[in-house]
Amino acid sequence: MTNNTVSSTGRVLGAGLRALLVLTLVCGVLYPLAVTGAAQALFSDRANGSEIKDANGRVVGSSLIGQRYDLPLKEGEESPAPDLKWFQPRPSNGLGTNSVNTQPSLLVSGATNRSGDNEELIRWVKDAKAAVVKDNSTATYRVNPTDIPPDAVTSSASGLDPHISPAYAGLQVHRVAEKNGLDVKKVEDLVKDHTTGRLLGFMGEPRVNVLELNTALRDLTGK
Amino acid sequence: MSPQAAGLLQLTALIVALALAYRPLGDHMAKVYSSEKHYAPEKWIYKVIGANPAAEMRWPAYLRGVLAFSAVSVLFLYLLQRMQGSLPGSLGFSSIDPDQAFNTAASFVANTNWQSYSGEQAMGHVVQTGGLAVQNFLSAAVGMAVAVALVRGFARSRTGELGNFWADLVRGTVRILLPISVIGALVLVACGAIQNFSGIHQVGQFMGGTQEWNGGAVASQEAIKELGTNGGGYFNANSAHPFENPNPLSNLFEIFLILLIPFALTRTFGRMVGSLKQGYAILGAMAVIWIGFTALMMWTEFAHRGPAFEIAGGAMEGKETRFGIAGSSIFAVATTLTSTGAVNSFHSSYTGFGGGITLLGMQLGEIAPGGVGSGLYGMLIMAVIAVFIAGLMVGRTPEYLGKKIGTRQIKLAACYILVTPVLVLGFTAVAMALPTPADSMTNSGAHGFSEILYAYTSGANNNGSAFAGLGADTQWFNTTIGIAMLLGRFVPMVFVLALAGSLAEQKPVPETAGTLRTDKPLYAGLLVGTILIITGLTYFPALALGPLAEGLAS
Repeated sequence: MTNNTVSSTGRVLGAGLRALLVLTLVCGVLYPLAVTGAAQALFSDRANGSEIKDANGRVVGSSLIGQRYDLPLKEGEESPAPDLKWFQPRPSNGLGTNSVNTQPSLLVSGATNRSGDNEELIRWVKDAKAAVVKDNSTATYRVNPTDIPPDAVTSSASGLDPHISPAYAGLQVHRVAEKNGLDVKKVEDLVKDHTTGRLLGFMGEPRVNVLELNTALRDLTGK
Repeated sequence: MSPQAAGLLQLTALIVALALAYRPLGDHMAKVYSSEKHYAPEKWIYKVIGANPAAEMRWPAYLRGVLAFSAVSVLFLYLLQRMQGSLPGSLGFSSIDPDQAFNTAASFVANTNWQSYSGEQAMGHVVQTGGLAVQNFLSAAVGMAVAVALVRGFARSRTGELGNFWADLVRGTVRILLPISVIGALVLVACGAIQNFSGIHQVGQFMGGTQEWNGGAVASQEAIKELGTNGGGYFNANSAHPFENPNPLSNLFEIFLILLIPFALTRTFGRMVGSLKQGYAILGAMAVIWIGFTALMMWTEFAHRGPAFEIAGGAMEGKETRFGIAGSSIFAVATTLTSTGAVNSFHSSYTGFGGGITLLGMQLGEIAPGGVGSGLYGMLIMAVIAVFIAGLMVGRTPEYLGKKIGTRQIKLAACYILVTPVLVLGFTAVAMALPTPADSMTNSGAHGFSEILYAYTSGANNNGSAFAGLGADTQWFNTTIGIAMLLGRFVPMVFVLALAGSLAEQKPVPETAGTLRTDKPLYAGLLVGTILIITGLTYFPALALGPLAEGLAS
C-alpha cells in the first residue's frame, strides 16, 4: 500500500515535471519568439519603444515615456527647479530609482500610493498648486487657482505619464511665450496642433504629449 | 462630451465587444473540452508527458494531477529565481532572496501575481519570459480545467469520471489561451507596447543626458497576463506603464481580455449541461454585479471626496492622463471582480469608497465574472448555496441541474466559502496584533489598516493587486501572503473536485412542477442576493474599520 502510494505519487510528479517542461518550451520560448518576430517585422518602431528624434536627428526620448524638464540642480536645493522655458509635465512623486541591482541607474515606475486623507499628499497638492500659480502668472496673465486642472497637481500612476491635459497646457502658454519671446497666439496654436482628442470621440481623455510639444517648440525657437 | 458620458460610452463599447465574442468563444471552448480529436502537436505533448489523454479520471486522480503539476511548478519557478544570478539573459540581475522567491513562485502558480518585487529592476528576461509568463498560461489553464471538471460533474450521471487533467490542461493552453494571446499581443504592439529582447540601454533625453531602460517581451506577457486573469506586471507600474498600456484603445482592449473568457465560460457551461438558459442565468448574475460595481466606482471617483482630491479638484492622484477617471474606474472594477489584479491606476489613491469597492469586489470571491475557471466554479458553488437557501424556504430537498444537493454537497460548498474568509480575517488580525507588520504601512489610520486587509484579501482570493503603499517585501509578508495564496487557491479546488465527483456519481432527478427553475431571472436575482448577504455578513466589520471609516470621514 505505502509502496504503491509512493510510486504512484512519484509517477504523477514525473508527469507534472515533463508537462511543465514541454509547455515551457511552447509558452515560454516558441510563443514569445514568434510574437517578437512578427512584432519586429510589422511594427519595429513601436516594438522598440517609440523613440522620437528632433530636427537634427538626435533621439530625445520615447513619445510614451514622460521626462522632467528641469534646470541643473543648484547647491542647497533638494530638488531641481523646473526650466520654465519648456512646458512642464505632471508631478511624479512616485517615480523611483533602482534599489536593487544598482549597477545601471534604471527608472522604476510607480505611484505615491498616498490616500486622500494623507497629510503628505495634502501638502504636495497644496504646494504644487501654489507653484503652478506662481510659475505661470506673467505681467499680463494671472492664473486663477480654481482654473488649475487636477492633473497639474497630482502624480500619475506610473510616474512616467507622457501627457498633460489641454487645460494644463493652456495655463502654461503665456509663460512659455514670454520666456521664449514668442507670440502667445503662436504658442496657443502649437498646443492646439499637439492636442489629441478622444479616440473615435469617446475613448480615453483629451491630452497633450509634452515631449512632442517641447520638441516642436524647440524647432520653432531654433534653440 | 463630458468625461462621464465618454465613460459610459466606453463601458457600452466594452459590453458590445464582449457580447459579440460570447457565443463563438463559449461554443468553441465547449467543443475544446468535449472533442475526442487530438491534434498532432498535442499527441506529441502527451507522449512527452507519458499520459493517455483518453483515460478518464475520478476526482482523487484529477486532484492529484492538479496538485502534482502545481507543486512541480512552484519548485521550478522558485529555483529559476534563486539561480537568476548565474543564468544568461538575465540583464546581470542577481538571484532573488529565498523569501521573495517563494512568495513570487507561489503567487504566479496560484494565478495571483502578487508582486513584492519591482519587475524592471529585479527580474531578467529568462525569469520573466521563461518562468513568470509561462505560469500566466498554465495557472489559467489549470483554473479552467477544474471548472470544466465541475461542469462535467453536473453534466454526467452514474459515473465518477471527470475527464483527463492532462488533456484539459494541454487543450486549454494550446487551443484557447495561445491563439488569443498571439492576436492580443500583436494588437498591443500595434498600440505601442514594446516587444524586444534588448538589454539595458540608454536613450537620449530632451534636456540632455540619458535615461536607462530594459527591453523585454512585454506585449506577449501583457496579453496573457490579462487574458489569463493573472495580473503580474512586467514593470512596477503594471498596466499604468506606457510600455504595457500605451493608449486608450489598448486600455479598453486589456479590460476586454480580462473579462473575455470568464464571461464566455458561462456559455460553455450552458452548452455542456445541455441548457444554454442555465448559462444565461449565471451570466445575468455576474453581469448585474459587474455593471453595478462599475457604476458605483465611476460615481465615487468622479465625486472625488477626500481632502487631497478636493484641493486638487479631482481624484487624479495615481491615475494616468490618457485613461482619465472613467478608463481607470472601469479597469479597477474589472481587475478586482476577476482574479486579475493588474492595475492601470493605483487603488491606494482611490477615494475611501472607491478603495472599498475594489476590496469588496475581491471579497465576493471574485465571481462576477471572476478568474478564468475560478470565476465559474466559484459562482457555481454560490449557485448551490442559493438553491439550498431556496430549498430551506419552501421545505424541499434542493436540486440543481437535476442533481440532489444533499448533506455531502452542501458541506463541501460551505467549506469552500469558508476558506478565504478564514485566511483573510485570520492573517489580518494576526498582522495587526503583532508589533512589526504595521511598520510597512505608508498611510496611517483607517487607510493603514486597509493596506493590510487589502494585502491578505488580494492574496487569499488570488487577485494580486495591492494598496501598494504597504512595503510588502519583508519576511513576514512574503511568507504569510505566500501561504495565503497557496491555501486560497488549492484548498478550494479540493472541495470543488470532491463536489464534482459526488455529483457525477448521482443519477439525475427528474424535473417536477415543484423544482426550482434555476434558468429564470428570479433565480439570478436570488443568486445575487445570496452572494451580497454572505459576503456582507462575513466582511462588514472589517470593511467598517477600513474603507467605510475613511469614506464616511471625507
